[in-house]
Amino acid sequence: MTALLTLEGITKTYPGVIANADISFQIQPGEIHALLGENGAGKSTLVKTIYGLVRPDRGSMRLNGAPFAPSEPRAARAAGVAMVFQHFSLFEALSVAENVGLGMESPPPMRDLAQRIRDVSQTYGLPLDPGRRVGDLSAGERQRVEIVRCLLQDPRLLIMDEPTSVLTPQEAEVLFATLRKLSAEGAAILYISHKLDEIRALCEAATILRGGRVVGQCDPRETSAADLAERMVGTQITASQARPSALGAALLTVTDLSLLPATQFGTALRQISLEVRAGEILGIGGVAGNGQDELLGALSGERLSALGTVTLGGQDLSRAGPDARRRAGLLAAPEERLGHAAAPDMSLTENAALTGVSRKGLARRGFLRWGAARSFAQEVIDRFDVRTPGAGATARSLSGGNLQKFVIGREVLQAPRVLVVNQPTWGVDAAAAAAIRQALMDLAAGGAGVVVISQDLDELLAVSDRFTALNEGRLSPPRPASEMTVDRIGLMLGGAGDLEPAHV
Amino acid sequence: MIALERRVAPSRAWQAIAPLLAVLLTMFAGGIMFAALGTDPFEAIRTIFWDPIFGEFAWYFRGQLLIKAGPLILIAVGLAMGFRAGIWNIGAEGQYIMGAICGAAAGLAFYPSESALIFPMMIAFGALGGFAWAMIPALLRIRFGTNEILVSLMLVYVAENVLASAAVSWLRNPDAVGFPGSRNLSRWDAAANPELIAGTGAHWGVLLAVLVVVAAQIFLTRHLMGFHIRLTGAAPLAAAFAGVRPARLVVFCLGLAGALAGLAGLFEVTGPAGQISIDFASGYGFTAIIVAFLGRLNPIGILLAGMLMALTYVGGDNVATNLGLPIAAISAFQGMLLFFLLALDVLANFRLRRSIGRRQAVTSGASPSRSVEDAPLGGAAE
Repeated sequence: MTALLTLEGITKTYPGVIANADISFQIQPGEIHALLGENGAGKSTLVKTIYGLVRPDRGSMRLNGAPFAPSEPRAARAAGVAMVFQHFSLFEALSVAENVGLGMESPPPMRDLAQRIRDVSQTYGLPLDPGRRVGDLSAGERQRVEIVRCLLQDPRLLIMDEPTSVLTPQEAEVLFATLRKLSAEGAAILYISHKLDEIRALCEAATILRGGRVVGQCDPRETSAADLAERMVGTQITASQARPSALGAALLTVTDLSLLPATQFGTALRQISLEVRAGEILGIGGVAGNGQDELLGALSGERLSALGTVTLGGQDLSRAGPDARRRAGLLAAPEERLGHAAAPDMSLTENAALTGVSRKGLARRGFLRWGAARSFAQEVIDRFDVRTPGAGATARSLSGGNLQKFVIGREVLQAPRVLVVNQPTWGVDAAAAAAIRQALMDLAAGGAGVVVISQDLDELLAVSDRFTALNEGRLSPPRPASEMTVDRIGLMLGGAGDLEPAHV
Repeated sequence: MIALERRVAPSRAWQAIAPLLAVLLTMFAGGIMFAALGTDPFEAIRTIFWDPIFGEFAWYFRGQLLIKAGPLILIAVGLAMGFRAGIWNIGAEGQYIMGAICGAAAGLAFYPSESALIFPMMIAFGALGGFAWAMIPALLRIRFGTNEILVSLMLVYVAENVLASAAVSWLRNPDAVGFPGSRNLSRWDAAANPELIAGTGAHWGVLLAVLVVVAAQIFLTRHLMGFHIRLTGAAPLAAAFAGVRPARLVVFCLGLAGALAGLAGLFEVTGPAGQISIDFASGYGFTAIIVAFLGRLNPIGILLAGMLMALTYVGGDNVATNLGLPIAAISAFQGMLLFFLLALDVLANFRLRRSIGRRQAVTSGASPSRSVEDAPLGGAAE
């Protein structure tokens, strides 16, 4: 049998970085093939090469035995390669059908297209109404739009980049059923993830990348998760240490917080009440777009709320801005690292001053003490093992995991009374994620209150003392994390009503 | 095909040589234009760039140089603060006019007193006039979310009409029978803004411009407010997260630019211009926008850009009188300078690459095919 796609010696270097070094492997028709690796291992560069977004410096590809060198995504799509990106590229103000049509070379008339969307979504168990506006869809539904867009092209190879990062466990099951059906019909799937359980449940073959090289190939069904993880990271990962839970007095109290969304496509917060005690980690689960950003903004002080809704140790901070809240000890780290938590084109020193000015005393009489700011940045770099040439490097030059360590470290080292983090390990490699979780747990062990907003349920189960879920701007009553399982949490997250398995 | 590829980090070498290269390219392209107009290009370029500084009549031109550069720099530094933070004050010309009118009116109210307090008071009112005029777009933006570009620009035309009415009626010199224009302030000792060192053209406004450049540089690099201005321009969401209050920034940036423009107007009306007249507004407020960008919104850069722009003005006048080139050709020449600088600036952030495929690297940002946005770390790693 000829392989569907053969990669031979693919090499791609960027100034100072070898993204891919001599990568060779094969994907068979109908195979679900996992591409495993930490962030920075070269997975994205490799799939962009296959999808025609990146041209390799050396090496060649063959598709069905014929030479394959797409110069642009259009050429790749014409050859039968489709890709679903981790970040969606959809226009929120347009309907599902319009969005699908925009991605096609020669879209059929809108009515035919809507019918084809209905047919495909029926066949593959991806419920989708072509007439709905994308801005009103959940993240899971948006992903279905992307998938349906790909399926309409009858792809022979479907590339999926971290598809489950935005899904509830139930939604993920539906996706897996779809993928299995596609595979049974002969389409191959290149599945990128670092969630090992998923890969072991779904994939038949795996290629593991580390530092831009292939470090192993295996059948994930016959390899243990620990073994896979070790090959991926190169060292043994130490599990986060458990800590004694001696809970103190209530620190942060949110009472009946309601907030209209700042933008048309935001989510309103509805009567949110929560309490964080000293030494506690409160985990807030939920699928993205259910009010996570809005909740973080309301706690960080970027959005002000009605009097009496946000108090820290008895002090009403509802009408206080970010700086006043930091002085009081309420710190936050938003989800978006580049552009929100950090200014991309500014140095780490400047980014350290961004939130550290008040608590670290980095300004005197209105003038910044850059020397002190540099020391603070260096302290964050040293203590959190941030890989960078130095404090003068721009935030943009850091990899996602390293920048996230810097952002979290910057807040942790300011000794907060309460720290709120949103998606602290999103898109971060396993080693960095473990370090970040440990830092959050150490912070709580030291007597601070921590709020972790995350979509990663395994993460929430690992770190939280109590667990609650955010769904359409409402917060469910918190439960002790020890009573929770992934399945029960999945049900708590809700919004899974319209799911059905594929009609196989 | 040639494609643009985003650099991982802006190239410092390009940023450094871009202004020089832009001047050279302007000389080259301008030379072609002058030749097409039937003038010897070498003589024209020499008349613009060399004669005002080293030529036979340099003693006259050198003074003109500082007189022109002073207000340009003063206004541009103020504008640059706002531009850095994404606050687009296009109405410096109006603030310049209102500063001059307010300062002149305040002084003339005490005519013919010879008190030493008159000039300082006029300076204060000049700054106040520009500040107040800039507060109109600032407060409208904060309160009603209006666009400061439109409001500040429209207020220029209002200010021009106020100027005309002041010149012909309420500030008109009562002793000049029938002639429009106020009393001559530069000939009234208590209000005059004289040349401080004879032959240099340096008056109080030029001195202030130099001080403002130094102060602004320190402010931007060392002061928390300056940091917040840079932060707001670089990453608005991060600035909000840091706790920057946009309203305060709008008031500060517009107010500062307005006050500085007002001061420039006051020093002009009491010095080189001498009086409030119908044609007092000479476009400094608009040219300063070019100067601000030519100097990369950096105070030191603005100092150099202001001198260069003044040189093209003085040299341009020179070439127009001596070689008979039309004024429009001079304006085109100045436009080329800005064009080349901005074009070369692109190369500081992007590199040219020969692409093998068709339209590969550059894809419209709005298109769903994501090729550019998809490399968040500038294409490195991952």
